[in-house]
Amino acid sequence: MRLFSIFILTLVFAFSANIATASPVETYEFNDEVTKIRFQALSKELRCPKCQNQNLADSNSPIAADLRKELYELLQQGKADSEIVDFMVNRYGEFVLYRPRVSELTYVLWFGPAVLILLGVIVVIVIVRRKPVDKKTLALSSEQQEKLKNLTNGK
Amino acid sequence: MGKLIRFLPLVLVIALGVVLYRGLSLNPQDMPSALVGKTMPAFALQTLNNSDKVVTQSDLLGDIVLVNVWATWCPTCKYEHPYLVDIAKDPQVKLYGLNYKDERGAAQKWLQNYEDPYMFSIFDEEGTLGLDLGVYGAPETFVIDHHGIIRKRFAGAIDTRVWRREFEPLIAQLIEEKKQGK
Repeated sequence: MRLFSIFILTLVFAFSANIATASPVETYEFNDEVTKIRFQALSKELRCPKCQNQNLADSNSPIAADLRKELYELLQQGKADSEIVDFMVNRYGEFVLYRPRVSELTYVLWFGPAVLILLGVIVVIVIVRRKPVDKKTLALSSEQQEKLKNLTNGK
Repeated sequence: MGKLIRFLPLVLVIALGVVLYRGLSLNPQDMPSALVGKTMPAFALQTLNNSDKVVTQSDLLGDIVLVNVWATWCPTCKYEHPYLVDIAKDPQVKLYGLNYKDERGAAQKWLQNYEDPYMFSIFDEEGTLGLDLGVYGAPETFVIDHHGIIRKRFAGAIDTRVWRREFEPLIAQLIEEKKQGK
């Protein structure tokens, strides 16, 4: 039992150590709270070009650290968010945006789902409103009636 | 019509399968560079071998130029190095190095040890030119035409196969353009 608890404790420590090293470590000083929030927001919006499923805030790669530094400096220079985003896009392409801008390239991405839902709704409406089949044609013809009679009689 | 429509789901599934299957052979790491079609960004940096000499984008003008981003901390750069030495022998292209976020001493030693294929290497210690070029690692190689327009960015190591597939057709096209005085 004691061994087991030591084992668990070791695991806990190992994991907490991992968590401590998993997030980037630089510290930036901001003049005001708003800039700090903008920094945090932008580093979550911008994607690391090297590790493609992480944003700048998450990534440990050297390029992400460089871009965070650049982001910080651009903010210190008083650049607007849109200018900073343009700066990054001009260098790394639309790819760096986690929320791609609406353009000819991304119409399918932005409007595809809505169009699909609309199509689905139309299909459902068409199916539901389709005229029920005429009852008369559903009824058996006299020939079929005869056959049926023969079958049931033969039982 | 009624019978044909039964096959519609099958057709759709097959179409989806084809699309997804094609996706398997695409490289998700392959990103188009934002700089293709733009001019080389302006810079003024020292060369690796001479801290007194400052080079700018105009030093790269006039020829069909390859700019190879390299560093001593990059193992893949070592792999592609012999191929670069080969490419440098071609008189129709000029190969320049961009020594990216490296130490000067180590980089100079590297070139002494492994032969220097570059006309010169730009010493980009802070990675500022790298940032302007949208570099996110090394090695990367840019093809710049004789007007100073970036025509291609290739991320990854160059070897004979890559060179034939990715570069040769473009270089041939650029040589042709240059001949025609475009």
